[in-house]
Amino acid sequence: MQLVPTLIQALTAVDTAGSLSLRYQYGPIFAMLGFALVVAGAVFSLATFLGPKNPTPEKLIPYESGSPTTGAKHVRLSVKFYLTALLFVVFDIEAVFLYPWAALYQSLGWQGFVEMFVFLAALSIALIYCWKKGALEWET
Amino acid sequence: MITGTTFWIATAIKVFAIVFGLVNLGAILLWVERRQSALIQDRMGPNRASIKLFGKEFRVAGLLHSAADGVKMLWKEDFVPPGADKLLYQLAPVISLVPPLCLFAVIPFGPSIYPDNLRRVFGSEGWNAAASYIPLHISMADSGILVVFAMASSGVLGAALAGSSSDNKFSLLGGIRAASQMVSYEVTMGLSLVGSFMVFQTVRLEQMVQWQVDHVWGIFVQPLAFILFFTAAVAETKRVPFDAPEGESEIVAGYFTEYQPMKMGMFALGELVEVMTSSALITTIFLGGWQFPFLKLDGFHLEMFGIAKPIVLSHLAVVIISAITFVVKVGLLVLLQMQIRWTLPRFRYDQIMKLGWRILLPASLINILLTGIVLLFVNAR
Repeated sequence: MQLVPTLIQALTAVDTAGSLSLRYQYGPIFAMLGFALVVAGAVFSLATFLGPKNPTPEKLIPYESGSPTTGAKHVRLSVKFYLTALLFVVFDIEAVFLYPWAALYQSLGWQGFVEMFVFLAALSIALIYCWKKGALEWET
Repeated sequence: MITGTTFWIATAIKVFAIVFGLVNLGAILLWVERRQSALIQDRMGPNRASIKLFGKEFRVAGLLHSAADGVKMLWKEDFVPPGADKLLYQLAPVISLVPPLCLFAVIPFGPSIYPDNLRRVFGSEGWNAAASYIPLHISMADSGILVVFAMASSGVLGAALAGSSSDNKFSLLGGIRAASQMVSYEVTMGLSLVGSFMVFQTVRLEQMVQWQVDHVWGIFVQPLAFILFFTAAVAETKRVPFDAPEGESEIVAGYFTEYQPMKMGMFALGELVEVMTSSALITTIFLGGWQFPFLKLDGFHLEMFGIAKPIVLSHLAVVIISAITFVVKVGLLVLLQMQIRWTLPRFRYDQIMKLGWRILLPASLINILLTGIVLLFVNAR
Protein backbone atom coordinates (compact mmCIF):
# COMPACT_ATOMS: atom_id res chain seq x y z
CA MET A 1 0.00 0.00 0.00
CA GLN A 2 3.10 2.18 0.15
CA LEU A 3 3.18 2.21 -3.64
CA VAL A 4 0.61 4.93 -4.34
CA PRO A 5 2.06 7.67 -2.07
CA THR A 6 5.56 6.84 -3.31
CA LEU A 7 4.39 7.14 -6.89
CA ILE A 8 2.67 10.46 -6.22
CA GLN A 9 5.77 11.77 -4.46
CA ALA A 10 8.01 10.69 -7.33
CA LEU A 11 5.75 12.30 -9.91
CA THR A 12 5.51 15.62 -8.06
CA ALA A 13 9.19 15.91 -7.08
CA VAL A 14 11.16 18.90 -8.38
CA ASP A 15 13.91 18.62 -10.99
CA THR A 16 17.26 17.35 -9.78
CA ALA A 17 20.49 18.24 -11.54
CA GLY A 18 21.42 16.16 -14.58
CA SER A 19 18.13 14.40 -15.06
CA LEU A 20 14.53 15.31 -15.69
CA SER A 21 12.17 14.72 -12.82
CA LEU A 22 9.98 11.68 -13.10
CA ARG A 23 6.99 13.98 -13.52
CA TYR A 24 8.29 15.13 -16.90
CA GLN A 25 9.55 11.67 -17.86
CA TYR A 26 6.47 9.61 -17.11
CA GLY A 27 3.66 12.14 -16.77
CA PRO A 28 3.15 12.26 -20.55
CA ILE A 29 2.97 8.45 -20.74
CA PHE A 30 0.20 8.44 -18.16
CA ALA A 31 -1.53 11.24 -20.05
CA MET A 32 -1.36 9.16 -23.20
CA LEU A 33 -2.57 6.05 -21.35
CA GLY A 34 -5.48 8.06 -19.96
CA PHE A 35 -6.48 9.50 -23.33
CA ALA A 36 -6.18 6.12 -25.07
CA LEU A 37 -8.39 4.64 -22.33
CA VAL A 38 -10.94 7.41 -22.89
CA VAL A 39 -11.02 6.74 -26.64
CA ALA A 40 -11.28 2.96 -26.19
CA GLY A 41 -13.89 3.39 -23.45
CA ALA A 42 -15.95 5.72 -25.64
CA VAL A 43 -16.00 3.27 -28.55
CA PHE A 44 -16.76 0.43 -26.12
CA SER A 45 -19.68 2.16 -24.39
CA LEU A 46 -21.15 3.48 -27.66
CA ALA A 47 -21.17 -0.08 -28.98
CA THR A 48 -22.77 -1.31 -25.75
CA PHE A 49 -25.58 1.24 -25.58
CA LEU A 50 -26.45 2.10 -29.20
CA GLY A 51 -27.47 -1.27 -30.59
CA PRO A 52 -30.83 -3.01 -30.17
CA LYS A 53 -31.23 -5.55 -27.38
CA ASN A 54 -33.02 -8.69 -28.45
CA PRO A 55 -31.21 -11.76 -27.12
CA THR A 56 -32.78 -15.11 -28.01
CA PRO A 57 -31.64 -18.50 -26.64
CA GLU A 58 -30.25 -19.45 -30.06
CA LYS A 59 -28.17 -16.28 -30.22
CA LEU A 60 -26.66 -16.85 -26.82
CA ILE A 61 -25.25 -20.35 -27.30
CA PRO A 62 -21.52 -20.51 -28.11
CA TYR A 63 -20.71 -20.40 -31.84
CA GLU A 64 -19.58 -23.99 -32.30
CA SER A 65 -21.12 -25.17 -35.57
CA GLY A 66 -24.65 -25.28 -34.11
CA SER A 67 -24.10 -28.29 -31.89
CA PRO A 68 -24.23 -27.84 -28.10
CA THR A 69 -20.85 -27.38 -26.50
CA THR A 70 -19.38 -30.42 -24.79
CA GLY A 71 -16.95 -30.88 -21.93
CA ALA A 72 -15.83 -28.60 -19.13
CA LYS A 73 -15.39 -24.86 -19.61
CA HIS A 74 -11.63 -24.99 -19.41
CA VAL A 75 -10.19 -28.01 -21.17
CA ARG A 76 -6.81 -29.45 -20.24
CA LEU A 77 -4.14 -28.07 -22.51
CA SER A 78 -1.09 -29.67 -24.01
CA VAL A 79 1.98 -29.37 -21.82
CA LYS A 80 3.78 -27.77 -24.80
CA PHE A 81 2.14 -24.43 -24.06
CA TYR A 82 3.46 -24.40 -20.48
CA LEU A 83 6.94 -25.21 -21.78
CA THR A 84 6.70 -22.29 -24.18
CA ALA A 85 5.72 -20.00 -21.31
CA LEU A 86 8.69 -21.21 -19.22
CA LEU A 87 11.12 -20.74 -22.09
CA PHE A 88 9.72 -17.26 -22.66
CA VAL A 89 10.33 -16.26 -19.04
CA VAL A 90 13.93 -17.52 -19.20
CA PHE A 91 14.87 -15.79 -22.45
CA ASP A 92 12.93 -12.57 -21.98
CA ILE A 93 14.54 -11.95 -18.60
CA GLU A 94 17.88 -12.66 -20.25
CA ALA A 95 17.09 -9.95 -22.79
CA VAL A 96 16.31 -7.44 -20.04
CA PHE A 97 19.61 -8.32 -18.30
CA LEU A 98 21.43 -7.62 -21.56
CA TYR A 99 20.05 -4.09 -22.12
CA PRO A 100 22.13 -2.13 -19.57
CA TRP A 101 25.22 -4.11 -20.60
CA ALA A 102 24.54 -3.43 -24.29
CA ALA A 103 24.10 0.31 -23.76
CA LEU A 104 27.46 0.47 -21.91
CA TYR A 105 29.28 -2.14 -24.02
CA GLN A 106 31.67 0.17 -25.85
CA SER A 107 33.05 1.60 -22.61
CA LEU A 108 33.53 -1.81 -20.94
CA GLY A 109 36.23 -3.21 -23.25
CA TRP A 110 37.47 -6.80 -23.08
CA GLN A 111 36.18 -7.34 -19.56
CA GLY A 112 32.58 -6.60 -20.52
CA PHE A 113 32.87 -8.83 -23.57
CA VAL A 114 34.13 -11.85 -21.64
CA GLU A 115 31.76 -11.48 -18.69
CA MET A 116 28.64 -11.20 -20.75
CA PHE A 117 29.51 -13.87 -23.26
CA VAL A 118 30.04 -16.35 -20.45
CA PHE A 119 26.44 -15.53 -19.45
CA LEU A 120 25.27 -15.84 -23.06
CA ALA A 121 27.11 -19.15 -23.48
CA ALA A 122 25.36 -20.57 -20.41
CA LEU A 123 22.01 -19.61 -21.90
CA SER A 124 22.92 -21.02 -25.29
CA ILE A 125 23.72 -24.31 -23.57
CA ALA A 126 20.27 -24.12 -21.95
CA LEU A 127 18.71 -23.58 -25.38
CA ILE A 128 20.60 -26.52 -26.87
CA TYR A 129 19.55 -28.68 -23.91
CA CYS A 130 15.86 -27.75 -24.43
CA TRP A 131 16.24 -28.50 -28.13
CA LYS A 132 17.77 -31.91 -27.51
CA LYS A 133 15.15 -32.75 -24.86
CA GLY A 134 12.42 -32.06 -27.43
CA ALA A 135 10.98 -28.87 -25.94
CA LEU A 136 11.19 -27.21 -29.36
CA GLU A 137 9.05 -29.81 -31.17
CA TRP A 138 5.52 -28.89 -32.10
CA GLU A 139 4.48 -31.51 -34.65
CA THR A 140 2.98 -34.01 -32.22
CA MET B 1 13.35 21.94 -22.55
CA ILE B 2 10.23 23.88 -21.82
CA THR B 3 8.74 23.31 -18.39
CA GLY B 4 5.64 24.13 -16.41
CA THR B 5 2.25 24.80 -17.95
CA THR B 6 3.58 25.18 -21.49
CA PHE B 7 5.02 21.67 -21.27
CA TRP B 8 1.68 20.19 -20.31
CA ILE B 9 -0.19 22.11 -23.03
CA ALA B 10 2.34 20.90 -25.63
CA THR B 11 2.02 17.34 -24.25
CA ALA B 12 -1.78 17.49 -24.44
CA ILE B 13 -1.63 18.62 -28.08
CA LYS B 14 0.87 15.90 -28.99
CA VAL B 15 -1.09 13.16 -27.18
CA PHE B 16 -4.33 14.24 -28.83
CA ALA B 17 -2.74 14.42 -32.29
CA ILE B 18 -1.04 11.00 -32.01
CA VAL B 19 -3.96 9.03 -30.56
CA PHE B 20 -6.51 10.62 -32.86
CA GLY B 21 -4.20 10.29 -35.83
CA LEU B 22 -3.53 6.61 -35.16
CA VAL B 23 -7.21 5.73 -34.70
CA ASN B 24 -8.25 7.55 -37.88
CA LEU B 25 -5.30 6.21 -39.86
CA GLY B 26 -6.49 2.77 -38.76
CA ALA B 27 -9.75 3.38 -40.59
CA ILE B 28 -7.89 4.61 -43.66
CA LEU B 29 -5.59 1.58 -43.55
CA LEU B 30 -8.66 -0.64 -43.68
CA TRP B 31 -9.49 1.03 -47.00
CA VAL B 32 -5.88 0.81 -48.22
CA GLU B 33 -5.83 -2.87 -47.39
CA ARG B 34 -9.07 -3.57 -49.27
CA ARG B 35 -8.03 -1.62 -52.36
CA GLN B 36 -4.54 -3.12 -52.34
CA SER B 37 -5.84 -6.66 -52.04
CA ALA B 38 -8.25 -5.88 -54.90
CA LEU B 39 -5.34 -4.67 -57.03
CA ILE B 40 -3.28 -7.76 -56.21
CA GLN B 41 -6.15 -10.14 -56.92
CA ASP B 42 -7.26 -8.29 -60.07
CA ARG B 43 -10.73 -7.26 -58.96
CA MET B 44 -12.50 -3.95 -58.35
CA GLY B 45 -12.59 -3.84 -54.55
CA PRO B 46 -15.20 -1.91 -52.55
CA ASN B 47 -16.35 1.21 -54.41
CA ARG B 48 -20.10 1.50 -53.83
CA ALA B 49 -20.49 3.53 -50.65
CA SER B 50 -21.28 7.09 -51.62
CA ILE B 51 -22.35 10.39 -50.14
CA LYS B 52 -24.84 12.77 -51.78
CA LEU B 53 -23.79 16.40 -51.79
CA PHE B 54 -25.70 19.06 -53.83
CA GLY B 55 -27.51 16.36 -55.77
CA LYS B 56 -24.29 14.69 -56.87
CA GLU B 57 -22.95 11.31 -55.74
CA PHE B 58 -19.40 11.17 -54.45
CA ARG B 59 -17.75 7.79 -54.05
CA VAL B 60 -14.21 8.89 -53.10
CA ALA B 61 -12.73 5.62 -54.44
CA GLY B 62 -14.44 3.52 -51.77
CA LEU B 63 -12.98 5.44 -48.85
CA LEU B 64 -16.46 5.85 -47.39
CA HIS B 65 -16.75 2.10 -46.84
CA SER B 66 -14.62 2.43 -43.70
CA ALA B 67 -16.93 5.15 -42.32
CA ALA B 68 -20.01 3.14 -43.25
CA ASP B 69 -18.53 0.08 -41.55
CA GLY B 70 -17.88 2.03 -38.37
CA VAL B 71 -21.45 3.35 -38.23
CA LYS B 72 -22.90 -0.07 -39.01
CA MET B 73 -20.81 -1.79 -36.34
CA LEU B 74 -21.84 0.71 -33.66
CA TRP B 75 -25.55 0.06 -34.27
CA LYS B 76 -25.31 -3.73 -34.23
CA GLU B 77 -26.69 -5.76 -31.35
CA ASP B 78 -24.19 -6.20 -28.57
CA PHE B 79 -24.45 -8.74 -25.77
CA VAL B 80 -22.28 -10.77 -23.41
CA PRO B 81 -22.57 -14.56 -23.83
CA PRO B 82 -24.14 -16.00 -20.66
CA GLY B 83 -21.28 -18.45 -20.08
CA ALA B 84 -18.57 -15.82 -20.40
CA ASP B 85 -16.62 -14.20 -17.60
CA LYS B 86 -18.38 -10.79 -17.63
CA LEU B 87 -15.47 -8.62 -16.51
CA LEU B 88 -12.60 -10.21 -18.45
CA TYR B 89 -14.72 -10.65 -21.58
CA GLN B 90 -15.46 -6.92 -21.69
CA LEU B 91 -11.96 -5.88 -20.64
CA ALA B 92 -10.19 -7.84 -23.39
CA PRO B 93 -10.95 -5.55 -26.40
CA VAL B 94 -9.91 -2.48 -24.39
CA ILE B 95 -6.65 -4.17 -23.35
CA SER B 96 -5.85 -5.10 -26.95
CA LEU B 97 -6.44 -1.53 -28.22
CA VAL B 98 -4.87 0.67 -25.53
CA PRO B 99 -1.23 -0.63 -25.31
CA PRO B 100 -0.45 -0.33 -29.04
CA LEU B 101 -1.65 3.29 -28.89
CA CYS B 102 0.50 4.05 -25.83
CA LEU B 103 3.54 2.41 -27.40
CA PHE B 104 3.90 5.52 -29.55
CA ALA B 105 4.75 7.63 -26.47
CA VAL B 106 8.53 7.17 -26.76
CA ILE B 107 8.85 7.21 -30.57
CA PRO B 108 10.24 10.51 -31.92
CA PHE B 109 8.42 11.78 -35.01
CA GLY B 110 10.59 14.81 -35.70
CA PRO B 111 13.54 16.85 -34.38
CA SER B 112 13.01 19.15 -31.40
CA ILE B 113 11.29 22.44 -32.21
CA TYR B 114 12.85 25.70 -30.97
CA PRO B 115 9.89 28.12 -31.14
CA ASP B 116 12.15 31.21 -30.82
CA ASN B 117 14.44 30.18 -33.69
CA LEU B 118 11.97 29.05 -36.34
CA ARG B 119 13.27 31.32 -39.11
CA ARG B 120 16.99 30.94 -38.35
CA VAL B 121 19.35 28.25 -39.59
CA PHE B 122 20.30 25.66 -36.94
CA GLY B 123 23.34 26.76 -34.96
CA SER B 124 23.78 30.01 -36.93
CA GLU B 125 24.32 33.53 -35.59
CA GLY B 126 21.44 34.71 -33.47
CA TRP B 127 20.49 31.11 -32.70
CA ASN B 128 19.48 30.97 -29.06
CA ALA B 129 20.49 27.45 -27.97
CA ALA B 130 19.49 28.14 -24.38
CA ALA B 131 15.92 28.83 -25.50
CA SER B 132 13.29 26.36 -24.49
CA TYR B 133 12.52 23.64 -27.00
CA ILE B 134 9.64 21.25 -27.59
CA PRO B 135 10.72 17.65 -28.23
CA LEU B 136 8.66 15.98 -30.96
CA HIS B 137 8.04 12.82 -28.98
CA ILE B 138 5.66 12.48 -26.10
CA SER B 139 7.74 11.06 -23.27
CA MET B 140 11.36 11.80 -22.34
CA ALA B 141 11.61 8.65 -20.21
CA ASP B 142 15.14 7.38 -19.53
CA SER B 143 13.89 3.81 -19.86
CA GLY B 144 13.06 4.42 -23.55
CA ILE B 145 12.74 1.08 -25.26
CA LEU B 146 11.63 -0.64 -22.03
CA VAL B 147 8.37 1.29 -22.25
CA VAL B 148 7.93 -0.11 -25.76
CA PHE B 149 8.43 -3.69 -24.58
CA ALA B 150 6.20 -3.19 -21.52
CA MET B 151 3.39 -2.04 -23.80
CA ALA B 152 4.02 -4.71 -26.43
CA SER B 153 3.87 -7.44 -23.76
CA SER B 154 0.54 -6.16 -22.43
CA GLY B 155 -0.87 -6.68 -25.92
CA VAL B 156 -0.63 -10.45 -25.34
CA LEU B 157 -3.09 -10.15 -22.47
CA GLY B 158 -5.89 -8.88 -24.70
CA ALA B 159 -5.88 -11.92 -26.99
CA ALA B 160 -5.28 -14.40 -24.16
CA LEU B 161 -8.08 -12.99 -21.97
CA ALA B 162 -10.48 -12.83 -24.91
CA GLY B 163 -9.82 -16.47 -25.67
CA SER B 164 -10.11 -17.79 -22.14
CA SER B 165 -13.13 -15.72 -21.03
CA SER B 166 -15.43 -16.31 -24.02
CA ASP B 167 -16.66 -19.79 -23.07
CA ASN B 168 -16.02 -21.15 -26.56
CA LYS B 169 -13.53 -23.87 -27.41
CA PHE B 170 -12.50 -22.17 -30.66
CA SER B 171 -11.82 -18.96 -28.76
CA LEU B 172 -9.82 -20.84 -26.17
CA LEU B 173 -7.66 -22.49 -28.83
CA GLY B 174 -7.15 -19.16 -30.59
CA GLY B 175 -6.27 -17.39 -27.36
CA ILE B 176 -3.69 -20.00 -26.40
CA ARG B 177 -2.17 -19.99 -29.86
CA ALA B 178 -2.02 -16.19 -29.78
CA ALA B 179 -0.36 -16.13 -26.36
CA SER B 180 2.30 -18.72 -27.16
CA GLN B 181 3.04 -17.22 -30.58
CA MET B 182 3.33 -13.67 -29.27
CA VAL B 183 5.56 -14.53 -26.31
CA SER B 184 7.80 -16.60 -28.59
CA TYR B 185 8.37 -13.74 -31.01
CA GLU B 186 8.77 -11.23 -28.21
CA VAL B 187 11.97 -13.02 -27.20
CA THR B 188 13.37 -12.44 -30.68
CA MET B 189 12.13 -8.85 -30.70
CA GLY B 190 13.94 -8.18 -27.45
CA LEU B 191 17.19 -9.96 -28.30
CA SER B 192 17.54 -8.74 -31.90
CA LEU B 193 17.67 -5.13 -30.69
CA VAL B 194 20.56 -5.75 -28.25
CA GLY B 195 23.06 -5.38 -31.11
CA SER B 196 21.56 -2.01 -31.99
CA PHE B 197 21.90 -0.82 -28.39
CA MET B 198 25.55 -1.86 -28.45
CA VAL B 199 26.15 0.27 -31.53
CA PHE B 200 24.02 3.26 -30.50
CA GLN B 201 25.15 3.08 -26.83
CA THR B 202 21.71 4.06 -25.61
CA VAL B 203 18.23 2.66 -25.08
CA ARG B 204 16.48 5.97 -25.73
CA LEU B 205 14.89 6.20 -29.15
CA GLU B 206 15.51 9.92 -29.71
CA GLN B 207 19.23 9.39 -29.05
CA MET B 208 19.25 6.45 -31.48
CA VAL B 209 17.86 8.73 -34.20
CA GLN B 210 20.47 11.35 -33.33
CA TRP B 211 23.23 8.73 -33.71
CA GLN B 212 21.85 7.76 -37.11
CA VAL B 213 21.70 11.42 -38.19
CA ASP B 214 25.35 11.83 -37.16
CA HIS B 215 26.64 8.51 -38.60
CA VAL B 216 24.68 6.08 -40.82
CA TRP B 217 21.26 4.44 -40.70
CA GLY B 218 20.87 1.47 -38.39
CA ILE B 219 20.11 -0.94 -41.24
CA PHE B 220 23.69 -0.55 -42.51
CA VAL B 221 25.31 -1.43 -39.16
CA GLN B 222 22.75 -4.08 -38.13
CA PRO B 223 21.36 -5.69 -41.31
CA LEU B 224 20.70 -9.09 -39.69
CA ALA B 225 18.90 -7.49 -36.75
CA PHE B 226 16.69 -5.60 -39.20
CA ILE B 227 15.51 -8.82 -40.84
CA LEU B 228 15.01 -10.56 -37.47
CA PHE B 229 13.14 -7.66 -35.93
CA PHE B 230 10.97 -7.12 -39.00
CA THR B 231 9.95 -10.80 -39.06
CA ALA B 232 9.24 -10.81 -35.34
CA ALA B 233 7.23 -7.58 -35.61
CA VAL B 234 5.08 -9.01 -38.43
CA ALA B 235 4.51 -12.16 -36.35
CA GLU B 236 3.62 -10.05 -33.32
CA THR B 237 0.72 -8.40 -35.18
CA LYS B 238 -0.88 -11.85 -35.68
CA ARG B 239 -1.68 -11.14 -39.35
CA VAL B 240 -1.22 -13.39 -42.37
CA PRO B 241 1.13 -15.31 -42.76
CA PHE B 242 1.33 -15.55 -38.94
CA ASP B 243 -2.43 -15.61 -38.29
CA ALA B 244 -2.74 -19.11 -36.80
CA PRO B 245 -4.50 -17.57 -33.72
CA GLU B 246 -7.43 -16.49 -35.88
CA GLY B 247 -7.18 -18.96 -38.76
CA GLU B 248 -10.75 -18.90 -40.08
CA SER B 249 -10.52 -22.23 -41.88
CA GLU B 250 -9.58 -24.07 -38.67
CA ILE B 251 -11.01 -22.30 -35.62
CA VAL B 252 -13.77 -19.97 -36.98
CA ALA B 253 -12.25 -16.62 -35.97
CA GLY B 254 -9.97 -17.61 -33.11
CA TYR B 255 -9.99 -15.61 -29.93
CA PHE B 256 -12.66 -13.10 -31.05
CA THR B 257 -15.23 -15.63 -32.28
CA GLU B 258 -17.71 -14.66 -29.55
CA TYR B 259 -17.40 -10.88 -29.96
CA GLN B 260 -20.04 -8.65 -31.53
CA PRO B 261 -19.11 -6.29 -34.38
CA MET B 262 -17.70 -3.22 -32.65
CA LYS B 263 -15.74 -5.18 -30.05
CA MET B 264 -14.37 -7.36 -32.83
CA GLY B 265 -13.62 -4.05 -34.57
CA MET B 266 -11.58 -2.96 -31.56
CA PHE B 267 -9.39 -6.04 -31.95
CA ALA B 268 -9.03 -5.31 -35.66
CA LEU B 269 -8.22 -1.65 -34.99
CA GLY B 270 -5.68 -2.69 -32.36
CA GLU B 271 -4.07 -4.93 -34.97
CA LEU B 272 -3.86 -2.10 -37.53
CA VAL B 273 -2.44 0.26 -34.89
CA GLU B 274 0.13 -2.43 -34.08
CA VAL B 275 1.10 -2.53 -37.76
CA MET B 276 1.67 1.22 -37.65
CA THR B 277 3.58 1.25 -34.36
CA SER B 278 5.83 -1.63 -35.37
CA SER B 279 6.58 0.17 -38.65
CA ALA B 280 7.36 3.32 -36.67
CA LEU B 281 9.70 1.34 -34.40
CA ILE B 282 11.53 -0.21 -37.36
CA THR B 283 11.80 3.22 -38.97
CA THR B 284 13.20 4.72 -35.78
CA ILE B 285 15.77 2.04 -35.03
CA PHE B 286 16.86 0.93 -38.50
CA LEU B 287 15.81 3.51 -41.10
CA GLY B 288 17.05 6.73 -39.56
CA GLY B 289 13.78 7.80 -37.95
CA TRP B 290 12.72 11.22 -39.16
CA GLN B 291 15.92 11.89 -41.09
CA PHE B 292 15.65 12.72 -44.78
CA PRO B 293 18.77 11.39 -46.57
CA PHE B 294 21.63 13.91 -46.45
CA LEU B 295 19.51 16.38 -44.46
CA LYS B 296 21.25 17.57 -41.30
CA LEU B 297 19.72 19.99 -38.82
CA ASP B 298 21.03 23.01 -40.77
CA GLY B 299 20.25 21.85 -44.31
CA PHE B 300 21.35 19.42 -47.01
CA HIS B 301 24.95 18.19 -46.95
CA LEU B 302 25.92 16.91 -50.41
CA GLU B 303 29.71 16.67 -50.06
CA MET B 304 29.46 13.11 -51.35
CA PHE B 305 28.32 14.40 -54.76
CA GLY B 306 31.01 17.04 -55.01
CA ILE B 307 28.91 19.95 -53.79
CA ALA B 308 31.09 21.40 -51.06
CA LYS B 309 28.68 24.07 -49.87
CA PRO B 310 25.69 22.82 -47.86
CA ILE B 311 22.25 23.95 -48.98
CA VAL B 312 21.04 25.74 -45.87
CA LEU B 313 17.41 25.58 -44.78
CA SER B 314 15.62 27.36 -41.97
CA HIS B 315 14.82 25.44 -38.80
CA LEU B 316 11.09 25.38 -39.56
CA ALA B 317 11.65 23.90 -43.04
CA VAL B 318 13.90 21.17 -41.61
CA VAL B 319 11.31 20.25 -38.97
CA ILE B 320 8.50 20.05 -41.53
CA ILE B 321 10.55 18.00 -44.02
CA SER B 322 11.65 15.64 -41.22
CA ALA B 323 8.14 15.05 -39.88
CA ILE B 324 6.83 14.35 -43.40
CA THR B 325 9.78 12.00 -44.00
CA PHE B 326 8.87 10.04 -40.88
CA VAL B 327 5.26 9.62 -42.01
CA VAL B 328 6.35 8.55 -45.51
CA LYS B 329 8.82 5.97 -44.18
CA VAL B 330 6.23 4.50 -41.82
CA GLY B 331 3.66 4.46 -44.62
CA LEU B 332 6.00 2.57 -46.96
CA LEU B 333 6.72 -0.04 -44.28
CA VAL B 334 2.99 -0.44 -43.62
CA LEU B 335 2.42 -1.00 -47.34
CA LEU B 336 5.23 -3.58 -47.34
CA GLN B 337 3.60 -5.43 -44.43
CA MET B 338 0.27 -5.43 -46.28
CA GLN B 339 1.98 -6.67 -49.43
CA ILE B 340 3.37 -9.57 -47.38
CA ARG B 341 -0.11 -10.25 -46.01
CA TRP B 342 -1.62 -10.58 -49.47
CA THR B 343 1.29 -12.51 -50.96
CA LEU B 344 2.02 -15.37 -48.56
CA PRO B 345 -0.34 -18.13 -47.42
CA ARG B 346 -0.78 -18.89 -43.73
CA PHE B 347 2.03 -20.81 -42.04
CA ARG B 348 1.20 -23.88 -40.01
CA TYR B 349 1.30 -23.45 -36.23
CA ASP B 350 4.34 -25.70 -35.74
CA GLN B 351 6.16 -23.90 -38.56
CA ILE B 352 5.54 -20.57 -36.82
CA MET B 353 6.87 -21.84 -33.50
CA LYS B 354 9.88 -23.51 -35.11
CA LEU B 355 10.77 -20.36 -37.04
CA GLY B 356 10.65 -18.37 -33.81
CA TRP B 357 12.62 -20.67 -31.52
CA ARG B 358 14.92 -22.60 -33.85
CA ILE B 359 15.91 -19.97 -36.40
CA LEU B 360 15.22 -16.43 -35.20
CA LEU B 361 16.33 -16.91 -31.57
CA PRO B 362 19.74 -18.53 -32.33
CA ALA B 363 20.25 -16.00 -35.13
CA SER B 364 19.68 -13.09 -32.75
CA LEU B 365 22.15 -14.59 -30.25
CA ILE B 366 24.72 -14.92 -33.06
CA ASN B 367 24.00 -11.32 -34.05
CA ILE B 368 24.90 -10.17 -30.52
CA LEU B 369 28.15 -12.17 -30.63
CA LEU B 370 29.14 -10.81 -34.07
CA THR B 371 28.32 -7.24 -33.08
CA GLY B 372 30.36 -7.63 -29.89
CA ILE B 373 33.43 -8.92 -31.75
CA VAL B 374 33.26 -6.32 -34.51
CA LEU B 375 32.82 -3.43 -32.06
CA LEU B 376 35.74 -4.70 -29.98
CA PHE B 377 38.05 -4.60 -33.00
CA VAL B 378 36.71 -1.27 -34.28
CA ASN B 379 37.29 0.33 -30.88
CA ALA B 380 40.73 -1.28 -30.45
CA ARG B 381 41.99 0.26 -33.70
